[in-house]
Amino acid sequence: MTAAPIHIAGERLMLDPDGVLWWPARKLLAVADLHLEKGSSLAARGALLPPYDSRATLDRLVPLIRRYRPERIVALGDSFHDRHGAARLAAAEADRLRAIAEGAELIWVLGNHDPAPPAGFPGAVATEWLEGPIAFRHEGGGATPEICGHHHPKAWVPTRGKAVSRPCFVADARRLMLPAFGAYTGGLDVRDQAIAGLFPRGARVFLQGRGRLYSFTLGQVRQAAEVGS
Amino acid sequence: MLAAARAGRSALLIAPTGAGKTLAGFLGSLADLAERPSAALHTLYISPLKALATDIARNLTAPIAGMGLPITVETRTGDTGAEARKRQRAKPPHILLTTPESLAVLLSAPDATAMFQGLAAVVVDEIHALAGTKRGDQLALCLARLATIAPAARRVGLSATVPHRAPLIAFLSAGGRADADDVSVIEAPGGADASVRMVLPEGPLPWSGHMGLLATPDIYRLVRDAGTSIVFVNTRAQAELVFQALWRLNDDGLAIALHHGSLAREQRERVEAAMAAGKLKAVVATSSLDLGIDWGNVDLVIQVGAPKGVSRLLQRIGRANHRWNEASRAVLVPANRFEVLECRAAVEGVAAHDLDGDAPPPGGLDVLAQHILGMACAGPFTADDLYAEVTRAAPYAALPRRDFDDVLRYVADGGYALSAYERHRKLFRDSEGRYHAASEAVMRRHRMNIGTIVEAPLLKVKLGRGFGGMQLGEIEEYFVSMLNPGDTFLFAGRVLRFDRLRETTVECSPAQGQDPKVPAYAGGRLPLTTYLADRVRAILERPESWDELPENVAEWLRLQKSRSRLPGRNDLLVETFPRGGKWFLVAYCFEGRNAHQTLGMLLTRRMERAGFGPLGFVATDYVVAVWSAHQPLRVAELFGEDMLGDDLEEWMAESSMLRRTFRTVAVIAGLIDRHVPGAEKNRRQVTINTDLVYDVLRKHEPDHVLLRATRADAARGLVDVGRIAGLLARAKGRVVHMALSRVSPLAVPVLLEIGRESVRAGEGEEALLAEAEEAALVAEAMGEAESPPAPQQRVHPVHRANFRRGARPSGSAVGNQGRSTLGTIRGRRQGELSLDE
Repeated sequence: MTAAPIHIAGERLMLDPDGVLWWPARKLLAVADLHLEKGSSLAARGALLPPYDSRATLDRLVPLIRRYRPERIVALGDSFHDRHGAARLAAAEADRLRAIAEGAELIWVLGNHDPAPPAGFPGAVATEWLEGPIAFRHEGGGATPEICGHHHPKAWVPTRGKAVSRPCFVADARRLMLPAFGAYTGGLDVRDQAIAGLFPRGARVFLQGRGRLYSFTLGQVRQAAEVGS
Repeated sequence: MLAAARAGRSALLIAPTGAGKTLAGFLGSLADLAERPSAALHTLYISPLKALATDIARNLTAPIAGMGLPITVETRTGDTGAEARKRQRAKPPHILLTTPESLAVLLSAPDATAMFQGLAAVVVDEIHALAGTKRGDQLALCLARLATIAPAARRVGLSATVPHRAPLIAFLSAGGRADADDVSVIEAPGGADASVRMVLPEGPLPWSGHMGLLATPDIYRLVRDAGTSIVFVNTRAQAELVFQALWRLNDDGLAIALHHGSLAREQRERVEAAMAAGKLKAVVATSSLDLGIDWGNVDLVIQVGAPKGVSRLLQRIGRANHRWNEASRAVLVPANRFEVLECRAAVEGVAAHDLDGDAPPPGGLDVLAQHILGMACAGPFTADDLYAEVTRAAPYAALPRRDFDDVLRYVADGGYALSAYERHRKLFRDSEGRYHAASEAVMRRHRMNIGTIVEAPLLKVKLGRGFGGMQLGEIEEYFVSMLNPGDTFLFAGRVLRFDRLRETTVECSPAQGQDPKVPAYAGGRLPLTTYLADRVRAILERPESWDELPENVAEWLRLQKSRSRLPGRNDLLVETFPRGGKWFLVAYCFEGRNAHQTLGMLLTRRMERAGFGPLGFVATDYVVAVWSAHQPLRVAELFGEDMLGDDLEEWMAESSMLRRTFRTVAVIAGLIDRHVPGAEKNRRQVTINTDLVYDVLRKHEPDHVLLRATRADAARGLVDVGRIAGLLARAKGRVVHMALSRVSPLAVPVLLEIGRESVRAGEGEEALLAEAEEAALVAEAMGEAESPPAPQQRVHPVHRANFRRGARPSGSAVGNQGRSTLGTIRGRRQGELSLDE
């Protein structure tokens, strides 16, 4: 596993290939767009998807928390797919989430899918969380240096033979966008105006790979169709 | 036919095309209706093609009117308007012509019983093309339901000549079994033998390539000298290229048209109409014209590229000269040396009337899931009754009750071990044990999603912007992901410039260009059949038969014999040799490209573990070649049967082919709906990437019924594990390893494919990304940070027309299509390969 260091507002941050941010100086772990209980949310609309997405998401998150032992965990919004998601969480998963909150200070940044804090779970709630010179927001576009999620960035890279697509981090000197972490979260092309527009002077993208990240400039990745949500 | 009809017996009519079998299928019905007029729906006709149903309607209406019979004939397809549908329900015609999908929709309605209870006959046209497919599974289930509603209705199947007739008899039998003796088989005398010959391009024969563009001048002459011809090719990309190449030679201004499955429907209909009216000289077509309306005026069929199977070739040849007592004329145009062998084998197969094709597999559980929900929409049922009915459908005759119950549970609530969706069930059970559809919404949504044809994500291609543009057809999303604005590509017979992507529409403008890319479609190429492969091996094994081959080819085989050896009919020849600092392993398996792709993945895994340092592989229809850093040793062990154990399981976790298969299964089974009422604008809210679902399901419920259905499909089709299993069993103890000091003559064609074959998604992606990152880094250092990646990074394997000379592997051997641009086809001759390089 090789995390990639970047600097935002002079702070050294580590991008983990599994899709989370580690800020060593502050012992802070940030994760975006967990979309817990997306499966059950879609089931209500008629698609009986496998109900294991929350479990799968936590299965990936818990080892990362064990590895970094953060003192503070910032969930960057859309932590639940809808406002009733927290209530639907199965007992086992709810217990795991509480265990996480016991080991570290949990900050729920609110997102558009979860405009209210998850009922019954510990942690602080914020629409924007300030940590030193950096603001943690669900949706990027603020005036100060920031770390955001929301858009589920994904990049298509032309390679020999075909374009390979992966979820990715997008960063310039003052803004970092995290990939969506949830098991059922698709992605939006980084070249889409919604994302590229936030990085008018270009950006670097870091595609999630097996145990490492692959880095390109925004200009080197390719425009493709939207997939999933 | 008439006798069987009068006796009320079901019948299978086997006749070559052009013997008038479709009308024969209606004989009993017409006689019956003339004698005993009735008000009810009397005969249901089901065809795999909408166009065929429409055409038959026309052909029936005229004689009925001519005889003054009071018989009404109507079609019911996806194109039928709402008003006509309503009228058909209230007052059905005597004869209704439809497709399997429209029949499934009709049967999912609560009034299906009223509509069909007077039914006397069901006619299934082109039944050989339906049996063994998912559409066939769906139709068989619908036939079983029709038999429950109208037990007296007899069935008539119309089929071309087939290698396995038992499955078709079972399809028509009331109990779904071939041995029930309730189906009369009527066989029309075979027509005149087809006259098939091979035409080779001038000059030395190409070593590789599949497009056959070098033979364009010969094809053009054949077209010019014939009356009307169909030029069949194997892929849509090839159709575009051949069409373009023919028009470059078309100094006589011959009316040559293009027809393939991705063109807009109006476009295809225009071509079909022009063909029917005798206005065309030729049409370049893919399998989109394998079936269809008889065009009496076609007098020559040209097959460009390998035929891949004898049955398929015969079907295509049958499109020429629909007078059954005259010989159909066909010309085969092989694109390379191996294809010469394959064409030769096919000509022998046709002469021997020896058909190929696999027996139909058991019915898909995904199709069953769709059917069960459809039946619940029609009315409540008990599990026992429906199970009994389903097992009367031939593909499901041996369906275990456990599978049925699992599928039923899946339909009801998702079928997960974790019962999470009690509140969102699609079916509920009443106190008497009957299953009901949960709501109107569930039913409405289901009816919008009936059907078993699932396309890859497609984007519309439009000429011009905004609302005024003309729609040309559809291409795969993945191809568009390879385009930059300004790039040109070949589609619908035109060179187009890619302007931009807007939602799901690719906006284009007309362009000029020498090097357009050519869209490829996954899964478009049929693999070589086992049977034809066996015939090719038989030719290789008999040097005395080589005299009949072109001298280039015979010479090539003789050289192979002296330098290495020839693959035997019952062994597995594996050659290893060093070349250019790498080691190559070439296995002559002859199991078709799909199986070889899978085999290549599995072999590289094993070679990795054995420490040989595999670097890549390439698969053709005949061989698979792996190259590695170190010399492969103990080669026979690599082909052990245990290859299909853990290695396969591990590979299935990440294989994009499996993901694609799962997507199809998930869509057919209704896990993901393609159409959601009122949600067209808001698709992102309701669709979900099936890859993500596959990963989660595989990890948390590996035995779920949808994964079982996916694995069953993987035994065939794109993954074709079944053929690998057969190969490994056959090769046990018979692997012949030739350790050579240099490349063998027979290995040359596959080596030329290296770097030209597409790399499939999910396979070696990490290595590809690392490579691209390195190239990007270099580009940045050279000051090109924001420019598009270097050209060698952009070569799409299918854009062979694009391939730069400089990027080729060394050597003077040149295949046909790929390495030449369209602009240089004419007049170019390829060099001979020196084996001593």
